[in-house]
Amino acid sequence: MNGPLSVATIVVALVLAAWFLLRAALNRAPSRADLLATALLGVLVAVLVVVAVIGLFDGSRPQETATFAGYLITTIAFAPVALYLARLEPTRWGSLILGVACLVLPVLVLRLQQIASVTVA
Amino acid sequence: MPDSPAARTRPADAALNTGLGRVLLFVYGVFALSASARALVQIATHFSEAPLAYLLSAFAGLVYIAATVGLAIGGERGRRIALASCSVELLGVLIVGTLSIADAIAFPDDTVWSRYGSGYGYVPLVLPFVGLWWLWRHRPRPDRDGG
Repeated sequence: MNGPLSVATIVVALVLAAWFLLRAALNRAPSRADLLATALLGVLVAVLVVVAVIGLFDGSRPQETATFAGYLITTIAFAPVALYLARLEPTRWGSLILGVACLVLPVLVLRLQQIASVTVA
Repeated sequence: MPDSPAARTRPADAALNTGLGRVLLFVYGVFALSASARALVQIATHFSEAPLAYLLSAFAGLVYIAATVGLAIGGERGRRIALASCSVELLGVLIVGTLSIADAIAFPDDTVWSRYGSGYGYVPLVLPFVGLWWLWRHRPRPDRDGG
């Protein structure tokens, strides 16, 4: 959970968040490239979640497995839901939805790392 | 002129659940999920440790769910549901926030509203104000039918 994949996800999400918030501030609707970038971030997150799930069957488990699983489901669903809502909203507010999602995703990844760090053998 | 830039700006009388309303729907949905999931885990695994805090968590979760539903269905009925839940939410975050600081013993474990939502970047404190402002902007006007 602490590998380069997590770091990459966090960095990409934060860069995209800054971009989307700027787009919203400039009153721009999400472009096709913006939606595509969010979709790619979603793929990155999905890979991260799959790696984490495989890790669950690999010896040590987080002490709060239920919470961990809940966060995994939330995390993997996050980008697709934001993408769906942003496509319904082809205005600056669509860009804001993407921006908010990209701000929350790093928090989710950090929480996952936090929960994963407390393990039972 | 569907392709002109003007068509992309939001008309003043657009529905409650478009524009910023859609952003609010997303944020409220996230809080509905996180507050109720947190309460569910807390109640299921260690309810006896802090029953008051966990019941408050569950209550907060329900309030966020109601606000999300209200914003999602929109219209006059949705607006009324959202108005009620945003008001309860504002009272909740102010009361629980104050109590959690004044009487820390009664709140040994955190809820979304503890210390004015500091564990969630104070978003729970700001959110009801934004929500109520949005609903106020969409109050029914006598000179207009429906919404």
